[in-house]
Order: sequence, then C-alpha cells, then structure tokens
Amino acid sequence: MEKQFFHHALKIVEEACIGCSLCMRVCPTEALRIRDGKAHLIEDRCVDCGECFRQCPVNAIIIEQDDISHIFEYKHRVALVPALIHGQFEHDISMSEISAILKSMGFTWIYEVEHGAGVLKSVMEKLITDTQTPKPLISTYCPAVVRLIQVKFPSLIKNFAYIKAPLEMAAYYCRRVLRDMGAHNAEIGVFYVTPCAAKIAAVKSPVGEESSQISGVINLDVLFNHISKTIRNKSEYLTSEQSAVTLSPSFMLWSLTNGEAKNMKGNTLAIDGMKNVIDFLEKLEDDEITNVDFLELRACDEGCAGGVLLSSNKFLVAERLRKKAKNIINTNSRTKGDSTPPIEAYNEYLMGKVRIKEEIKPRSMYRLAEDRDQAMKMMQRSRRLMCYLPGTDCGICGAPTCLTLVEDIVRHRAHITDCIFVRHNMEEKIMLDPETSRKIMKKIWGNDNFEKNCNKKGAENESN
Amino acid sequence: MNFEYKVEGGDFTHAGYASSQVKKMLKQLGVDVSIIKRVVVCLYEAEVNIVAHAYSGVIYIELTADRIIMRLVDKGPGIPDIDLAMQKGYSTASHAVREMGFGAGMGLPNISSNADVFNISSDVGVGTTVEIMINLNAIAA
Repeated sequence: MEKQFFHHALKIVEEACIGCSLCMRVCPTEALRIRDGKAHLIEDRCVDCGECFRQCPVNAIIIEQDDISHIFEYKHRVALVPALIHGQFEHDISMSEISAILKSMGFTWIYEVEHGAGVLKSVMEKLITDTQTPKPLISTYCPAVVRLIQVKFPSLIKNFAYIKAPLEMAAYYCRRVLRDMGAHNAEIGVFYVTPCAAKIAAVKSPVGEESSQISGVINLDVLFNHISKTIRNKSEYLTSEQSAVTLSPSFMLWSLTNGEAKNMKGNTLAIDGMKNVIDFLEKLEDDEITNVDFLELRACDEGCAGGVLLSSNKFLVAERLRKKAKNIINTNSRTKGDSTPPIEAYNEYLMGKVRIKEEIKPRSMYRLAEDRDQAMKMMQRSRRLMCYLPGTDCGICGAPTCLTLVEDIVRHRAHITDCIFVRHNMEEKIMLDPETSRKIMKKIWGNDNFEKNCNKKGAENESN
Repeated sequence: MNFEYKVEGGDFTHAGYASSQVKKMLKQLGVDVSIIKRVVVCLYEAEVNIVAHAYSGVIYIELTADRIIMRLVDKGPGIPDIDLAMQKGYSTASHAVREMGFGAGMGLPNISSNADVFNISSDVGVGTTVEIMINLNAIAA
C-alpha cells in the first residue's frame, strides 16, 4: 500500500493568496489548482521543492517552523548550522561570531552540519564500487529529489543509495556526546537551521525512517535576520577572537552542486535544478543513460545555496563559500578550546547509523485507480475528453495544463465545463446559458478578480 | 486503445518520444515498474533502430488492460540476414551512428529478451517490420 499522508512544510495562507496561479504554473508535479480564487495543494503530489514559494508574489506561501521558544523545553540545546551560513554575508563572519550570536539566543552547543559528511563518504564509496548495487547509485541527500522520485519515477527507487543526510549523522553525534557526559536523551534538543522546506518535511516525516534525530527546525532566514541585526548593532562581535575554521574544504562545499559527486570515485555526475533533474530522470528511466556510477541530484540551482530560505543571491553564496573553502588551511573537527571528543572518535557508532533501514515506497502521482480495468476506463475517458480541449494549457480552468484537467475530471476533481473553450462552444450551441458559464468562472477564480481594484500591483493606486 | 507515432530516419534528437508517451500511460494504469521498464527498453531500442537504419517509419501501439502490442513498420534498406542481425554485438551501424553512442549491436537481442512475443520480418530494399508483445499482468520475478 502506498502511504496516504505526507507532512508538508509549505502552507498556503488563504487570506493572503490572490489566486494569481503563478505557483500552479511552476509546480513540477502539478500539485496545485485554483479554486474559489485561491491556490489549493493536492498534498500527495507535493514534493516540498519550494518552487511555488519562490514564485508567490504576495508571500502567501509560507514555510512552517518551530517557535524558537521551543528550544527551552530542553536542558541541552544544540544548533546544527549548515556551512551555507558563511556564504550569506558580504563580510566574512567567523564560526565563533555565529556561535556567540546563537548562544545569546539560548543555544548551548553550536555544531556545523557538514561534519556529519565524513562517515557517509566512506560508506558511499563502498557502495559505488560494489558491483551488486544497481547503477547509477542515486544520492538520498536532497529530500525533494527523494520525494520527486517516489511520485514521478518509482522505477528508480531501487537506485537509491539509502544513506542518511550529514545532518542526521551530526545529530547522532551530538546526542551521543551529550549522553556520554551524563545527559538523558529527553533533555537534549537538537535544532537544525534549515535552508529549505524539503529538509523540514524530511525531519518531520522522514522517508524510510521511523523518526528523525532532530527535535525541531529554525529557518535560515530567521537566523540570517537575527545575525544581520546583531552585527549591525554590536560592532564588538566583528572584532571578537577568530577561531580556527573547523570544516575541511570538501565538507564545507558538500551542500553545493558537486559537493558529493566530486568526492566520490568512479563516473559521477551532479545535476541541479528541478527541471534539469526531471529531464535527466526521464532519460535514465528509459535506459538512455549508461556509464554513470553515482548521481548527485539537487532540486535547487547551485545546490543548497539555492535553497528557498537563503536570503542572499545563490551564485554569490556559492562563490563566497568556495572562496572560503579555498583559504582553509587549518582544519580540525572541533572548535579551539573545546574538550568534547571529535566526531571521528565515534566513527564506529555512527557507521551503524548511516544506512536508511526501511524501504522507500513509491507513491505514484500518475496512477489513476488501484484496479487496472478501472484505470483503463479512466484513461480512455480522459483521452476522449482531451479531444474537446484546446491543448493551449492556458490554466483558466484552474489546472496547470489541459492534460491535468482531463485527469482531474476522470478523478472527479473537476468538470469539463471548467474549460473556457468548451464553455464557449457550448454557449454558441445554446447548450449552456451565459449566466451558468459566468458562475463557473467565478467558482474557479473567486468574485474579487471580477471587481475593479485600483490597489493591485501595477494599477493606478498601487498599495499592498 | 490505438496510437500512432511517426519516426524520422536520422533524427536522433527526437528519438524516444513514443517510449516516453507509452511510459506515462503505463504509469497511469499502475503497471509494475519492472514491466514498464521492459516495454520502454523494447520500444526505445526498436525506435532507435528505425532512426539509425531506415528512412522513415511508423510505430503502432495497441494497448489494453492486459497487454501492449507495438508494431514498428519502417521504410528502409531491410535486413538481408535476420539471424545474423539477432546476434549480440553484430551491427551494421555507420561510424557516425556509433559515435553518438548507438549501434553496439545489442538492439535486437535486447528487444527479444525483454519481449513476451517478438516477431521480425524484412524485405530487402523495402523495409522491416518488428512486432513486440508484452503481457502487462505478469508478476515481477
């Protein structure tokens, strides 16, 4: 059985949504529709890639996060920070400055996520050289890609590496260290500073795992705002002692495109951007791709530097990070003056945690019905209906394409008269009265869009 | 249901259109992924054969809930010795075609090993017809 419910970090705020349909048009899994003048999400199709969030002109799509006050429910409050944070600021801000600010917010231990990559690398390399594993091995690093493959390319699930993200490894390590120092697991809160919505979904409802090691998430933009404000107001943070950079260059760049692929042996390939990833997976599914051992796929351009919660330009973030990595001389997996054992000391323990144990299940978005004959009938009907639609993908029916409309119709989610071309023809043949036709239009787009409004963007008295 | 897709000889850029359309339909029907894979491999290989060797061709798809029949009829040079063409590694593909990564001589053997029924007939100087049937209900081994 396919799972029916999925946690999504992306939410549509109905009051704010103007039903412009921009989100619907960019969604790579056709998960959005317009009804009553608002965007609606078909939950089991959404892969949390965040493309809709990027497009929304009125910030009606939000990314949920845990209230920062939740950290105080724990005695030990760990912040797992991605290396990306370094690329967020124009000026170089050291880890010790970031740590100081995070500590002032109430965290007790600040640890960089990418330290967790070390233990993964060796396991991944072993898998790549193992002739028994299906090739190409597809990285399970980007949760949006994992979800995309579940809904759109279920035949490629067998190619997954089934390896957890560095984030989970870092969390295991932090928890273990604190437990070894006498803390109870329940006293430890591990909070992840996330660059995207997909990572939140992965933490809240992990694929192929019962539960995550992460207690909560803090969105990177919130931290960015906090740090920006602090360094503007308190100049002493900029002059505080500079600690040694602790991440190795390759780990620092792990979240960027090629971060994994460059570090693996064999024929590796890195692809970023949702559209590019989909195009490539189509080819891979058709057996058109040969001779690739390892595939790193990232939903965002420039990898996590393109995460939807990053405040700076993704190209600048990536460039700053590369520059910083290049200048690293002193690497050490612990902070100066820190007495905690480094992550390498727990290698054996972490090795036992690396693999995703449960099977990743398909949740095909295409399947029309459980019963084959029923599905066949629905497909025949959708193809018959398609004869009457224009094929222009205008979106006025509230679905992104004519094909999605006919599929919605056979799934009883829409009606053929939702199509304005069909209605036009029916009105001409006096099969539909204009009043009913107008009602249908308003049912899709809401009443407001038919009223004169000079406050809208680009209008006479623009105001928001 | 019946579908028809035209194939242009020499147009490698657009090869694979029919197989991606068929793939989507089989996904809609909820056909087992391993069977979809076999269908797609057969169809893609057969389509590339037309592109690589023939002048033009038509793919006829006949789809029911239980099986898919794919008939690929091309106008082309034909195959003088089908038994030889069926041997693994045997290929008459031109150097230019091989440069593009096609023409390894695995096409026909690959189709025949993935198909439940595979028929091929050819008239030299006229063209080749390939017929592939795959059962959609078989449970994956």
